[in-house]
Amino acid sequence: MTETHVSRPRRVATPPLSEPSAWHEIELEVNGEAIRAQVESRLLLVDFLRHRLGLTGTHVGCEQGSCGACTVLIDGQASRSCLAFAVQLDGASIRTVESLAPAGAPLNDLQRAFHEEHGLQCGFCTPGFLMSLTALEGRDDVDEELVHEHLDGNLCRCTGYQNIKKAACHALLHNTVAVEEAAR
Amino acid sequence: MKPAPFDYLAPTNLEGVLDALASDREVKVLAGGQSLIPVMNLRMGHPEVLVDVSRIEALRGIAVDADGALHVGAGVRQATVLDDVRVRERWPLLTAALSFIGHPQIRSRGTVCGSIAHADSAAELPAAALALGATIVAVSRRGERHICADDFFLAPFTTALDDDELVTEVIFPAAPSGWAFDEFATRRGDFATAGVGVAIDGDADGVRSCRIALFGVAGTAVRCPDAEAALVGTAVDEAAVAAAVATGTAGLHPPDDIHATGAYRVEIAGRLLSTAIATAWERCHD
Repeated sequence: MTETHVSRPRRVATPPLSEPSAWHEIELEVNGEAIRAQVESRLLLVDFLRHRLGLTGTHVGCEQGSCGACTVLIDGQASRSCLAFAVQLDGASIRTVESLAPAGAPLNDLQRAFHEEHGLQCGFCTPGFLMSLTALEGRDDVDEELVHEHLDGNLCRCTGYQNIKKAACHALLHNTVAVEEAAR
Repeated sequence: MKPAPFDYLAPTNLEGVLDALASDREVKVLAGGQSLIPVMNLRMGHPEVLVDVSRIEALRGIAVDADGALHVGAGVRQATVLDDVRVRERWPLLTAALSFIGHPQIRSRGTVCGSIAHADSAAELPAAALALGATIVAVSRRGERHICADDFFLAPFTTALDDDELVTEVIFPAAPSGWAFDEFATRRGDFATAGVGVAIDGDADGVRSCRIALFGVAGTAVRCPDAEAALVGTAVDEAAVAAAVATGTAGLHPPDDIHATGAYRVEIAGRLLSTAIATAWERCHD
């Protein structure tokens, strides 16, 4: 009988955590505030935001980049915070959903549109949707197609998407619509 | 799940990366992380060391050289290439391929070189590299080699790279005017059931040269040399397209899986190829 030795240790590895390169000091900006923190290499950005900074608005969904619930802005670009290690973001600027309506401030236009158009039900996916769409703010080439492309990357299991689309278009294209209505 | 512990290095020069890769530990290169991090989160991969190449200024270039070839460095994000006007005008096949990758939220971090080095058989960029005749530049402490895309993809997630080599850039030569790139996926942003890239150089007399790449239908993205040979020298018409599609898909036998039967994938690839050859041929004359 052939022995496969599947249970035999192949080698003895040094525990990586005992090595200094597994811990890092990072400096980054989160919602406009300068943050300095010690992080382990394997700490995902989303867990850094939630567990270390207490910013629990960003949600952990699939942890493999499929669902979009953890979407935040990294240097202005919508990105998955489950597909980035905190240590990679030394020097970066992060925006999370908490920045849209800081404590005490009223909901911003995009959030209000979600409220008015019933663009959420359970709300788990909403922070991701809001941040995917926030990445489009200030761009002058936003049209319905671009809005849809940005919505494609986020999953919602409640709404059936129609009201999310309505809310997004309402908030991001309202100037265009107003112009079209005025022309009529 | 959460990834297993690992050591993280972020050198600011190429030597630092090459030294890490030459060590006897299990080192993986981290660029955008949009394929590697899911694999680590699922604990399908647990490298001992990640060496991040995104801090190296020299790898962040995207340039067109004197011969009209496009150089994309290892640190260049897919979104950057997708938005590049030079690429859109002169390598529209590459732009089209990039537009199919995941979602804007993935392309904002994913890199071109990383996707090619990852070599997923259903990914767009390996097929684009084949269709455009790209060259992969691999560097190690032992030196530099240029690997033709045709020789680069060996098996699923397996390339001609040695353990100590880094893809520093991918070079896309000047592209012919005839091109097409298309794929079918059940949902937008998903990996393709099947896809195709076609580059044709030709004029009224016929096809001078042609490269066809299919993806999602074999262990790697594949070229279709017999179909290409059948088209060269002909003025493309319906019969020529049908013959090329029959030849191009004849040797493909992808296995059945949870997403599609192998036969279905080949059927989809054939339909896409048929349209793509006709489109690329038409664009030769624009």
